Amino acid sequence: MTSATAAHSVVEPTTATRRFAGSLVVLYAIITMIPLAWIMLTAFKSPDDAISYPPKVMFKPSLEGFCNLFTTRSRQTPEFIRSLGPPQGLCDSIARSRNMVVAGPSNYVPRFINSLIIAFGSTVLAVALGTLSAYGFSRFRVPLKDDLLFFILSTRMMPPIAVAIPIYLMYRTIGLSDTRLGMILLYTSVNVSLAVWLLKGFIDEIPREYEEAAMIDGYTRFQAFVKVVLPQATTGIAATAIFCLIFAWNEYAFAVLLTSGNAQTAPPFIPIIIGEGGQDWPAVAAGTTLFLVPIVVFTVLLRKHLLRGITFGAVRK
Amino acid sequence: MAEVEINAVSKAFGKTQAVSDLSLTIGDGEFVALLGPTGAGKTTALRLVAGLEQPDTGSIRIDGRDVTGDAPADRDVAFVFQQYSLYPHLTVFENMAFALRAPTRRVPEADIRAKVQEVARLLHIETKLDNKATQLSGGQMQRVAIGRALVRSPSIYLMDEPLSSLDAKLRGELRIELKRIQVDLGATILYVTHDQTEAMTMASRIGVIEGGRLMQIGSPREIYENPINAHVAARLGQPTINLLPATLFGGAPAGAETVGARTEHLAIARGGGDVSATVKRVEHLGDQSHLHLDLAGRPVVTLADPEAGFGAGDVVSLRLNKPLFFDARGWRVAA
Repeated sequence: MTSATAAHSVVEPTTATRRFAGSLVVLYAIITMIPLAWIMLTAFKSPDDAISYPPKVMFKPSLEGFCNLFTTRSRQTPEFIRSLGPPQGLCDSIARSRNMVVAGPSNYVPRFINSLIIAFGSTVLAVALGTLSAYGFSRFRVPLKDDLLFFILSTRMMPPIAVAIPIYLMYRTIGLSDTRLGMILLYTSVNVSLAVWLLKGFIDEIPREYEEAAMIDGYTRFQAFVKVVLPQATTGIAATAIFCLIFAWNEYAFAVLLTSGNAQTAPPFIPIIIGEGGQDWPAVAAGTTLFLVPIVVFTVLLRKHLLRGITFGAVRK
Repeated sequence: MAEVEINAVSKAFGKTQAVSDLSLTIGDGEFVALLGPTGAGKTTALRLVAGLEQPDTGSIRIDGRDVTGDAPADRDVAFVFQQYSLYPHLTVFENMAFALRAPTRRVPEADIRAKVQEVARLLHIETKLDNKATQLSGGQMQRVAIGRALVRSPSIYLMDEPLSSLDAKLRGELRIELKRIQVDLGATILYVTHDQTEAMTMASRIGVIEGGRLMQIGSPREIYENPINAHVAARLGQPTINLLPATLFGGAPAGAETVGARTEHLAIARGGGDVSATVKRVEHLGDQSHLHLDLAGRPVVTLADPEAGFGAGDVVSLRLNKPLFFDARGWRVAA
């Protein structure tokens, strides 16, 4: 081959283009990461450092935010504190240094558990229902199919606040307000539309010959669906599950309006953590940081599927 | 194996009539090929037998039993698809064992293993059983697809262009293997193809299908030598039969509008024939040449010996030798 025919390819990007594109991505990543990094830094600051101006980037790390997140404290006189025995653990000694004693656990853990149950519960339900309906829409001749699909999607078009009051009244009447079941059903109904649309795309891409072959081989349609369609739809199911989970996990408007005690999730709880003399920013930041963990873990576990899922159509086959 | 009887079956999709009044009996141990162009209704016919489509009218009997309303699983048929027939998430072994592992069948695992290995040997893929289905070459995939069907002993094997996605060399090899296997097993096969070579070489009978209708059915020789109309004649023969106005030649029988001349019906010489034509182009294929002629403004393609040394611009003379005659609507007229 001569040097003339070894010219650069027109489809492969050049090194300069690659570097430019790479640096744009890195820059964008940094910009989006700054708020997160700031929250994590704040979680380890003392209350004074957290509100100091100009903001401190270098500071002495403290676990006070985490202690305040998990406990409630009461102010006592120095004489009373001196009369107590030695401090019980790190949080107790931090509290005593501020003339307080730990009075008991905060509501963060129960709220966090509510969030886990409601978000994962509604995700499982929404993905299960979504997969079955998407399969139906993809494979059967459904009358008014396009209208039905549009109708399903249209439930997501209005802001939650527009339907919050009717739902609040309905839930109060049927006894679902401030219950986990009520929140699971609500988030499921919101997410099912997303799940149907996403999964229909994935299932449309699975050739129907696979099920037909299974059905000729002696399987019923449902058995073929389980044995043949589900394993090939895992990518789509994983991607859909992450989207549903992120919505349910972060949802604030309905949670604020429909829950107050028993079923309250973490999002409405975290911002109202009040310390002495105002908002306890390190505790809020600590609560937010821990709140990110389940989503990060779930996403990391499914990331292989997620990457392929988000770019589906472009890379399959 | 059993006899399969398709009786006056019709099927429409919306306004498109895919299959019209199709009647066909496939005898026990017979290899019937349905030959026709894309969209002729061949695949629909196959899917109707499999139960993947329900006929609008007519009935289907397998081994004497009316299965018209039965689910695919209850019909005891095996299907080989043109493509997409292997499950990408399973190994070759699991793919081939899939049918035997169906909940309704309850085949013991040891029997499954033995059967799959036996079929894998038959198809020369015994070393590939542990591979993922996606790690195979095209030819191996298609062997596995055929193997998936062969592990069962169904009433009939239905094959939908199983070789069409392969390259020419592989297609030729598998064609011979498939015929050998069919003879060895005494299998009943309904085979759909648009490839005349596959139909001619493998089938005991060929059904030519066009526009959803079965035009003619008979042995390959019958179909080739005695086509009932111009459509059927045009399906078989390489190069395609030349259909020319009968008026160009003398001696056509009454009612004949068109002369159908295959290469063996045309004698070419440097002179002394009935009509003369000009050579437009010569395609050298090696052992023989395609001669593209201009006969009074009409294209004629025929074969010539490369030794004959024809070149573009030469004037040759043609003589017809027992050609086929067709009337104004394309039906055969006796010579």
